[in-house]
Formats: sequence, structure tokens, C-alpha cells
Amino acid sequence: MQSNTSFRVLGIETSCDETGLAVFDSRYGLLAHALHSQVQLHADYGGVVPELASRDHIRKLLPLLREVLSAAGLGRSDLDGVAYTAGPGLVGALLAGAAAGRALAWALDVPALAVHHMEGHLLAPLLEADRPEFPFLCLLVSGGHTQLIDVAGIGRYGILGESLDDAAGEAFDKVAKMLGLGYPGGPAVAALAERGMPGRFRFPRPMTDRPGLDFSFSGLKTHVLQVLAAHPDNADVRADVAAEFQAAVVETLLVKCRRALRETGLQRLVVSGGVSANRAMRSALRVLSEEEGVRVYFPRLEFCTDNGAMIAYAGCQRLLAGQAEPLRIAAYPRWPLDTLAPL
Amino acid sequence: MRLFLPDEAATLALGRRLFEFLKPGSLVFLRGTLGAGKTTLVRGLLRAAGHQGAVKSPTFTLVEEYALPGLTLYHFDLYRLTSPDELEWFGFRDYLRSDSLCLIEWPERGGDTLPAPDFSIELELDLPGRAATIETAPGGDPELLSEIGSAAPPGIS
Repeated sequence: MQSNTSFRVLGIETSCDETGLAVFDSRYGLLAHALHSQVQLHADYGGVVPELASRDHIRKLLPLLREVLSAAGLGRSDLDGVAYTAGPGLVGALLAGAAAGRALAWALDVPALAVHHMEGHLLAPLLEADRPEFPFLCLLVSGGHTQLIDVAGIGRYGILGESLDDAAGEAFDKVAKMLGLGYPGGPAVAALAERGMPGRFRFPRPMTDRPGLDFSFSGLKTHVLQVLAAHPDNADVRADVAAEFQAAVVETLLVKCRRALRETGLQRLVVSGGVSANRAMRSALRVLSEEEGVRVYFPRLEFCTDNGAMIAYAGCQRLLAGQAEPLRIAAYPRWPLDTLAPL
Repeated sequence: MRLFLPDEAATLALGRRLFEFLKPGSLVFLRGTLGAGKTTLVRGLLRAAGHQGAVKSPTFTLVEEYALPGLTLYHFDLYRLTSPDELEWFGFRDYLRSDSLCLIEWPERGGDTLPAPDFSIELELDLPGRAATIETAPGGDPELLSEIGSAAPPGIS
């Protein structure tokens, strides 16, 4: 998707608890990106606090804009377009980025584009030098989403399966809370799982015993609670619970990925979203890809989680195709991915 | 009134029953620890309302919306609120309408900002099952509770 003339797009991501800005150049690729994580801000509360998140985005947007332009060696007037995440996400957080992005584009007299957050994640692997060709299967696993998507091209997404209740990352966060661990819960549970023995307790692999590609992680909470209630509270029990919980989530994702690859015949698997940083899952999916004879792609870790680069990239492709937002500011807390216009 | 729910199916069944006693404008509080079955009960209720799709946890989004025939159902999770003031900030009052049904998990995070509910349900762990304590609004119809209890399907005692 690279062209001979440069078209430079600023991307702004503020859908949850990361403020991410980046500049993508259609000719030279990613020029710069900057991120401010609010994890520390929310750690005391054990999760993202919407009001705090919005305020923090507002505070960080302009300093990050200066930072990213300076790193790219550009001035504001060098921007040819502005793309911002308009949904799905927390409405106040989204509006902070949408208002800043739309206003900046208006002031610079360049087109603006509202980007779907999940499209950003789906296209993030295309930021890498070793990038997958279309079509590919994408497993998107984060705190807010667990989806298997058939990606035929930009804006051509078929949702093959998704979580019917808790997202995989959300299940990690909640189990972390039950185990008395801190926020964010994913890395804390994974670290504890390293010291534990999966299989001492046996949790189900939800919905793997029936056809279909949907997920359900809510019921695992009950199994964790039952084991914790039936055993003395000590470090070994907690570690073994963490290990079996992680094994259950990883194996469930694995079974569904395998099924989706076989059903679609797709040859490339892309794994994205915050949970894709989980080491146990990465190694299990590498084994799967060898067994199935497909290639697996993991975006670099900083682009697995929320970031501005993926929004700049997605926005650049759509702006180049002539799409643009009218002069209004809108955010969509819920926004079905399969309603996007294909390119 | 207190009911024992031996398994997930019983929690779903209670949700289905409860729907029959709600009307547009109703407000329901759902209390209970992580994993107590609050969202499971809501799933049962939504099934009775004719919604067959996913019932996602609203922990991440704060509120999930369901357009039902002649009625909009809002499923809230206030777990992440740090102060009741934040309810005003996200326009909470706009959700409480005569044509909407609001189910609220973690209502204690909303403090006095929330109006009194028509029903308040507390789910407790009674492993492997759950126990549900149901209360109506002060001045509410006590017969309603015994009706819900007597209408309880097999599996609930």
C-alpha cells in the first residue's frame, strides 16, 4: 500500500487507558509513535476508571503530539490527514481523541477520518516489515474483546466467532482479583502460573466440546472460586489455580483457532490484542501453526496493545482511498466491525 | 425471600422468571461478589425477553444495550466507578426512562445518586451453587415475592 508520493497521517488512539499518537507516511511507513500508558493511574482501583481515563487523555494529547511530530522531524503543516479512534470504547475517552483529532484537521484544513479501533488491531501486523498478505485469520484477544475474524482485505471482515460473555483478558483480570493479585491482572496471573502446576486442579475448556467458534470464559470464575474455597489459602494452591486457569484459556483459544483454520482453509494466522503478549499462548500457537502448516504472525508487543500507529496506518489507507469525515465530532461506544465499508 | 440456586441453570431460570415481573420503567439492582452469577441472571432474563444473542459482561463498557420489542434494556456494571458523581458525568439519568428497563450490577458504587429499585437481588456463593435474596422496594407488594418464589421452576428451592 505504499505510493510514490508521501501522504502523512497523524493517528490518535484514546479508546481506553492508553494515549497513543503516531505519524504514518504512505511512502516511508511509520515515521514516529508515542504512547502514554495510564496503567499506574488505574492500578489503585484494580481496573480502568472511565472518568480518570478521559481526563488523562486530555492532559496527554498535546504533549504527545509535540513529541511525535518532533521525533518525525515534521511540523503540523506537514500533516496531510488526521485519523482518530471513534469507537468502540469508553465514550468519554473516545471523545477526547475525536475532538482533538477532528479539531486539528479542521485547523490544518486537511481531511479527518474516524477509525474503528478493532480495524486498527486487525491491520497492526501490516506495520511490520514481514507482513502477512490478505487473506488471513485474526485472533484478537484483549481485555475488551475475544474474536476470530476472517480478514479478506481492508474493511472486508467476517466475524467467525467471539466471546459470548467475558473477554479472555477480562477473565484474567477478574481471576487476578480473586487470587489477590494486582492490576493489570494478565501479567500477574501469567507470572504466578509459571510457578504452578497445571492439571492439579482441572478446569473445563469452555465450549470446545461442541461445534462453533464462539467463546465463553465467564464460567471459569466459578471453578476458580470453588477450588479456592475448598483448599487452604496458600501460595501453592494459588499458583496451581493460576496455572490451570491459564492452561484452560490457552487451550480453549488453541482449539478454536485450529478449528477456524481448518474450516476456512486460511494459510496465515495473525494474533493481536493485549493477551497475545502471554508467553504460554504464543508458544502454544507456534506449535499449532507448525502442526497445521500455516504461518503465524505476532505484531511486535507494543503494537499488540493499544497504540496510535495502527490507527495512523488504517486511517492512511482509507484517507488515500478518498474517505473522510464531515465536519462533526462523533464517537461510537458500540460499533459492529462488520458494518465498515470495504476498500 | 431467599432461594437456593444449585447450578447455573437455576440462576438462568430465576432470571427468566424475574422478567415476567418487570415492566417498562423497572429498575433492578444486582449485588454479589465477582463470579456470583449476576451477569448469568441477566442472561436468563434476556432469554425470556426474546434476546438470543451474546450477553457480554458490561465490566469493560460500563453499559450494554439491548433493543427488545417495545423496550430497551440497559445492563450496567458500576464496578469501575470511583465516585457516584461519575453517574451524572456519563448521563445516567438519560437511561432511566419509562420505556427502558435498567439492570444494575454493583449499585453500591452509585451511592445515593441511584433511585430506589423495584427489585434488589443479592447473589451469594453457596458452592457449588448460589443463594439469591430478593427484596422489593419499600412499600412494594409483598405478594409479588411469594409469587416469584412459588413460580420458581424445579431446581430452585
